[in-house]
Amino acid sequence: MNGAAAPAVVGLDELLLSMADDEFVIGFSDSEWTGIAPLLEEDVAMSSLSQDELGHAAALYALLAEIKDTDADVLAYDREPADYRHARLLDHGRGDWAMTIARRYLYETADATRLEALVDGSWSPLAELVDKIRREERYHLMHIGTWLERLAGTRGASRDRLLAALETLGPDAGTVFTPLDGEPSLIESGVLARSMADSERAWRDSLAPVFQRLDLPIPPPTVDPARGRTAHGNDFRWLWGEFTSVRGADPGATW
Amino acid sequence: MVIGTQPQEADVRAALAEVPDPEIPVLSVIDLGIVHRVEVRPDAIGVAILPTFVGCPALDVIRSSIAAHLGAKFGRPVNVETTFEVPWASERISPAGRVALRQAGIAPPSAPEDVRCPFCASAEVVMDSAFGPTQCRSLFYCRGCRQPFEALKSV
Repeated sequence: MNGAAAPAVVGLDELLLSMADDEFVIGFSDSEWTGIAPLLEEDVAMSSLSQDELGHAAALYALLAEIKDTDADVLAYDREPADYRHARLLDHGRGDWAMTIARRYLYETADATRLEALVDGSWSPLAELVDKIRREERYHLMHIGTWLERLAGTRGASRDRLLAALETLGPDAGTVFTPLDGEPSLIESGVLARSMADSERAWRDSLAPVFQRLDLPIPPPTVDPARGRTAHGNDFRWLWGEFTSVRGADPGATW
Repeated sequence: MVIGTQPQEADVRAALAEVPDPEIPVLSVIDLGIVHRVEVRPDAIGVAILPTFVGCPALDVIRSSIAAHLGAKFGRPVNVETTFEVPWASERISPAGRVALRQAGIAPPSAPEDVRCPFCASAEVVMDSAFGPTQCRSLFYCRGCRQPFEALKSV
């Protein structure tokens, strides 16, 4: 990190934490496919995608750690499940392959729209990191888009399972754009180019033609949007137990 | 640590050309284009490097091998930091680096339609998967010489 001092912008910590937690949770959750994905190439691909996301999470936690004068690992591992701020979309477990593809497609497209609103931001450490992250996410979008088309266009179990997954995930899909308390200040200071609500509209506009072409159900409006990043369920509690288990085995150890 | 005569920036860059990338050792960190800045101060040497990928797991090894090599060569403390001030991009790989990659059986980065087989130079290649054994590589297959090969991702 280049150590640029953090501006006193209200909401920056909240923004960084929500983004870092999103990348950490989906990266860790999808890494569970390592060794058991449907194809060998996919095993490698999903592992690589997950490694990218965990790398993004680590870099975002590191920025936040500088602001809060703490350590990235403390932020990633030493919180209770209720203190994580990832979108409820990512609370759904990886499920079957169709669920994983549906969850990731919704997340990757939403994340890309969110990153668009940050890449020209006024706080250079974040804007520079986002520029770099977007170059990697391009590959993720391409890959997951191919899988979505494949499952949607194959009759039988592939399409049925994809439809079931989209029905489960749909009401939570928009939670990536849960408004932040500090949003007005982030926009005023130029860190964020537009509100989360505006980003959500842009995302829905870009999703609609793809879903119409593939005859897939458009995600409905978010249920209980105010709690889009706080109401975590049992799937996440289980995942939390997994990803904190190594650190919990020997607190304070150097790995 | 005995502090020797202060080296010039060019001396430090020449020394960095002797530090291999741990995942693709045919390339030095200079050929790979990850050296962003070199600062020689009276008491220390500072090097800023650009990660090829944000979560590249080789970064710690790269940092320590740069520090060890420059420290031994110039006899002064070395600080290696990573930065995203400018994004590392495929064009930063040097022409010599692209040749070395091909010789090692790895296609240098280019648009997917321009990838050529590093063994027989055939354009009759297909991408098997955008994701390969490391974050920065994709998997291809050459229909010309019927060999699988890896290509560096273009970022």
